[in-house]
Amino acid sequence: MNEQAKITARNVSVFYGANRAIDDVSIDIDRDNVTAFIGPSGCGKSTFLRALNRMNDTVANARVTGEIRLDGEDIYAPEMDVVQLRARVGMVFQKPNPFPKSIYENVAYGPRIHGLAAGKSQLDAIVERSLRRAGLWDEVKDRLADSGTTLSGGQQQRLCIARAIAVDPEVILMDEPCSALDPVATARIEELIHELKGRYAIVIVTHNMQQAARVSQCTAFFHLGALIEYGSTSDIFTNPREPRTRDYITGRYG
Amino acid sequence: MNSAADPIARAPTDWKGAVMQRRLRRRYRAERCFRLLGLAAVVGSAAFLAVLLVAVLGNGLGGFVQTRVALPLDLPRQGIAIEPVRLRGPGANLALAAANIEGATDAAAVAAFGRGGDDLLSDSAWLTVRDAIKADPTLLVRRATIAVPAADAIDSAAKGHGEAAARARLAALEARGAISRGVNWAFLTGADSTDSTSAGIWGALKGSIYTMLVTLALAFPVGLLAALYLEEYAPRNRWTDLIEVSINNLAAVPSITFGLLGLAIFLGTMHLPRSAPLVGGLTLALMTMPVIVIAGRGAIKAVPPSIRDAALGIGASPVQVVFHHILPLALPGILTGTIIGMARALGETAPLLMIGMRAFVAAPPKGFTDPSSVLPVQIFLWSDQIDRGFVEKTSAAIIVLLLFLFAMNGIAIYLRNRFETRW
Repeated sequence: MNEQAKITARNVSVFYGANRAIDDVSIDIDRDNVTAFIGPSGCGKSTFLRALNRMNDTVANARVTGEIRLDGEDIYAPEMDVVQLRARVGMVFQKPNPFPKSIYENVAYGPRIHGLAAGKSQLDAIVERSLRRAGLWDEVKDRLADSGTTLSGGQQQRLCIARAIAVDPEVILMDEPCSALDPVATARIEELIHELKGRYAIVIVTHNMQQAARVSQCTAFFHLGALIEYGSTSDIFTNPREPRTRDYITGRYG
Repeated sequence: MNSAADPIARAPTDWKGAVMQRRLRRRYRAERCFRLLGLAAVVGSAAFLAVLLVAVLGNGLGGFVQTRVALPLDLPRQGIAIEPVRLRGPGANLALAAANIEGATDAAAVAAFGRGGDDLLSDSAWLTVRDAIKADPTLLVRRATIAVPAADAIDSAAKGHGEAAARARLAALEARGAISRGVNWAFLTGADSTDSTSAGIWGALKGSIYTMLVTLALAFPVGLLAALYLEEYAPRNRWTDLIEVSINNLAAVPSITFGLLGLAIFLGTMHLPRSAPLVGGLTLALMTMPVIVIAGRGAIKAVPPSIRDAALGIGASPVQVVFHHILPLALPGILTGTIIGMARALGETAPLLMIGMRAFVAAPPKGFTDPSSVLPVQIFLWSDQIDRGFVEKTSAAIIVLLLFLFAMNGIAIYLRNRFETRW
């Protein structure tokens, strides 16, 4: 097994009923780098991402075959606790979805339900550290009691990132985190991804190829549920092996 | 480009032309008509409500007022003598009844107002005299004048109804300055009576409160948990569909059917006491529960899935998702549904008739298993009485029922605003 691989997926297929959304994908996700999943709409990249922390479990009649290991542990094994798994593999969604509670409560919620803080002062420290890492602390430190939904879209998304890192995950999955944001807020999130790299393994699904080129070190190109090509971002963007990858990158379709 | 060959080629649209103007006028007319119709509907409903309220208030407000006759009492001369010791403690009522206060009251009326004078007073007038003596035992040794409730006929005459004879007697009493008015405490604190001047609403109100408490305590938790389970946990299969259809049908079942069910199960099989708020509440809970389930499921469905994703994504267990996130967001909707169900239960008469709550109950219930009446049944019973006094009491009881309803709605609005999350 590759020592650098945080997550190894082997022959993974995902079905929605009889419909095969992901077909036999094998991939190693690097622990120190940002990995981008790109591909046209409906290619299954989000579905595959959601298979990595078993969010597909909540979809009725979704089924996953094959093997996904997190540090060698089979995440679909019966003895794997899905709640703990999702604490270890955090997720940031396409649309910012803060809880309709205070900013403080949004960040404190995860540590609280997992019992990560021994007291109020420790919880305060976790909230501050998470908000600092998400680059939001200076903007919200005087209004922690305000509702998270009063923030701007970009701030909300950074709050969601702060919420995800508050439980100290090993992996952060980001499902098109900037698709609802304006360019300035997007740049801010990309900067943040750079800062978080190395501390967490990061997987980002994106529609925006420039974004993939900017933030990631590895890129996987999906098409029609299959993994077409996977390699270093510079290779994929400058020297793709597959003609389909080249066509997509150059904007021939997608 | 050859425009002549283009099949959809056409002249530029004339936005100012006659055809367009006509279209515009038609659109404006349709707009105006719709607004007028809507306004008419609102005004119509408001007018109906106003007529209802005016009619009920006009008839019923008199029920809260009592006409009293000033009765000169001279108990020493009538030979009523009771040792002061016996007027203390629980034996006082018995001692006073044994001393024939009732007869003394009638005699005093005859003495004061001539023959038939006792007919001017309510049958319960002596109770007022009795309570006055208990409050002030010196009445036994001195002359005094106390105000006692007037008879039904005099009371009606004083409120502008009644027959000529009664009016004449009223006029005579008024000439002597013996008529006064006050709040009808007997109505607010008493229970049902055969005499309209002493009939009270408190018994029925208390019965309604007890019944509603039982209904709420049963229907709310069961309905809420059922809604949560069906929405969040139940697998989607034929059994779930069957349960869903059954609940929807249950909410539409005529209420008298629930009465029969209550009669068969709670009285027939379980032998619970008849006419009791406990059984009434159980029966109404059967009826209210489906309403809460349906409203609850709607409210739970309306919680955005993104919140669910967010909570699951951070590693919340399904139970934590439900109780930390879904329930608080759905609670205002669930409460609204609960109040609608409860309001329906509060006004329900038919099923309660089936379980014996139409009995004549002359004392307010002391507990959940005491025989009791409820407000709508009390209204129904009084509306059957022929005395003029009961017409007024019927409307007065409706006012009490409506106030109860408003209070319930007020609580619901308060709770909803409290729990409502600002997005």
